[in-house]
Amino acid sequence: MSILINKDSKIICQGITGKQGSFHTEQCIEYGTQVVAGVTPGAKSDSHLGVPVFDTVRDAITATQADVSMIYVPAPFAADAIIEAADAGVELVVCITEGIPVSDMVKVKATLKHYNCRLVGPNCPGVITPGECKIGIMPGFIHQKGKIGVISRSGTLTYEAVYQTTQNGLGQTTCVGIGGDPVRGMNFIDCLELFQADIETEGVVMVGEIGGTDEEAAAEFIKSDVTKPVVAYIAGVTAPPGKRMGHAGAIVAGGKGTAKDKYKALDNAGVMTVKSPAELGSAILESVTK
Amino acid sequence: MNLHEYQSKQLFIKYGIPTPVGYTATTRNEAKAAAEKIGGSVWVVKAQAHTGGRGKAGGVKIAKTIDEVQQYSEEMIGMTLVTHQTGADGLPVNMVYIEPASEIDREIYLSVLLDREQEMISFVASAAGGMDIEEVAEKEPEKIYKIAISPASGLMDYQIRQLAFGIGLHKEQLRQFSIIVKRMYVLFLENDASLIEVNPLIVSKTGEVIALDAKINIDSNALFRQKEIMSYRDASQEDAVENEAAENELNYVTLDGDIACMVNGAGLAMATMDLIKLHGGEPANFLDVGGGATSDRVAFAFKLILSNKNVRAILVNIFGGIVRCDLIAEGVISAVKEVGVSVPVIVRLEGTNVEKGRSLLKQSGLEIITASDLTDAAKKAVAVAVQS
Repeated sequence: MSILINKDSKIICQGITGKQGSFHTEQCIEYGTQVVAGVTPGAKSDSHLGVPVFDTVRDAITATQADVSMIYVPAPFAADAIIEAADAGVELVVCITEGIPVSDMVKVKATLKHYNCRLVGPNCPGVITPGECKIGIMPGFIHQKGKIGVISRSGTLTYEAVYQTTQNGLGQTTCVGIGGDPVRGMNFIDCLELFQADIETEGVVMVGEIGGTDEEAAAEFIKSDVTKPVVAYIAGVTAPPGKRMGHAGAIVAGGKGTAKDKYKALDNAGVMTVKSPAELGSAILESVTK
Repeated sequence: MNLHEYQSKQLFIKYGIPTPVGYTATTRNEAKAAAEKIGGSVWVVKAQAHTGGRGKAGGVKIAKTIDEVQQYSEEMIGMTLVTHQTGADGLPVNMVYIEPASEIDREIYLSVLLDREQEMISFVASAAGGMDIEEVAEKEPEKIYKIAISPASGLMDYQIRQLAFGIGLHKEQLRQFSIIVKRMYVLFLENDASLIEVNPLIVSKTGEVIALDAKINIDSNALFRQKEIMSYRDASQEDAVENEAAENELNYVTLDGDIACMVNGAGLAMATMDLIKLHGGEPANFLDVGGGATSDRVAFAFKLILSNKNVRAILVNIFGGIVRCDLIAEGVISAVKEVGVSVPVIVRLEGTNVEKGRSLLKQSGLEIITASDLTDAAKKAVAVAVQS
């Protein structure tokens, strides 16, 4: 078992003929992901990387019955691409694109409420169910099929967590990079709910960072709804207030969003927190074996 | 991106939001001309710098004669303004804004920004104008009124009434307040603002509602479609090194410590800073070289890091995903050779082509300290920084 995606997931790629889309789609296919089509409006060729390319998402879905879309469309056009996918009946949209204006994402979130569609990202590494399906830009080889769910706002920091759980033999059920933007699709709570319900997931590693109050909300949810062990690390203890630390969402504003507050909320919820990202692997191993 | 007060007020005027009409000045003579053009007998001279808390720092002064206008302007132009928001280095003041003084009956706080929790654009109003809103939120949260705007319905009249009556405005001022809120919302949307703050919005002795201050921040992600706003940028108010980094597709933030770090990925970069601190050191910077790090970019990153004279050690922490460790190793080697790195370099590599990367470092004959994992890297960096 896994969450969100598995070996039967059929994927289309919006922006498949672009440089990023092309490179990463090829990597996904190599990993074994069932990429069934691409979408590029008015593309020169009707096939790319061995799959058909359509002008609209609706055409691609009608022809292939795909259920997931992976988006690499440039930021100015990404909001349009997300809503196009939802409107075409796609159940899961994974948007890798970085730099989408916040006001566009506000509209996207309001619109998605009318569809039965989940969004992961934007500005994220994607989702992977090891050994079955990789959607995004993460290096496949560090993953291993196993029993830990991983949720993270950061890319390379996710890889650290993943690599540690691969090395200590636990492996992962599914890893979700929820992204570094202030307004995004699935959040910690949405993923925790799915991991709690997933039979094979025995524990969850959560990697948060400064900015916003989503980790605090997740802490409340863990207290009331999650019985599986959760280990958490929050990046940005040393970040100065008011400065944007790379991610658009990683900013401590008006005294809110500090790592200290997040740690406090998670500790109060009974989550095993670690102050060093190097301890994520050993902490989750200890949690699930005791 | 932040705008100056005078630029924000120009936008207010463009959108029909009542604000005192003033002029900028960069010299004594311009200050005099501005005050004469405005007329009247009392003026406010305001230092233009990207920070709040200017009043307490001597950046806002009331002048009762043209001589005073000139004197205050001269004092402010060229000064470095240090406020509780700027840090010890402060910000340069290259210009003042001169406007007629207003007679204030009461002060209100009003802002529009993104509410991250609700994922909607929100207005915040408080009867306690002129104070730090964070302080009000902490001490007297009942004084704060908030509305969140549904993108489907847009801003509704009842919401404006909630704010207006909440902060105790009279019926006579409701119409004026309503117009201001509506126009601020349009300004916010049309210019991709991330914050518009008016503190204070005043009710004058004659009952008029006026924006006495104006602060606008723009969503940096939206600058591609805000060409006119782009021309408002004032590089003198930004960190020169951070700007240079951004031009080379690097994310860089200067910090106070002595251990520099160079990392791929924003989250891992923050985590690396935290690790340095956890093991007793102080990070000198935040630096994300990004997913497409090339050896040129690595070399440039080294130059950038070394421009900070406090740096006593450099910690390179790379988790190669798309980035190949051997390419990073080559970049580090050529940078150390070309740039002439005078402080110890600690390198931790993991991920794609890691063995190849490590052996390149070993064979280079350079004094590069290799680390086996995250903790080892941080400990070694702290140890050498203390020694050197």
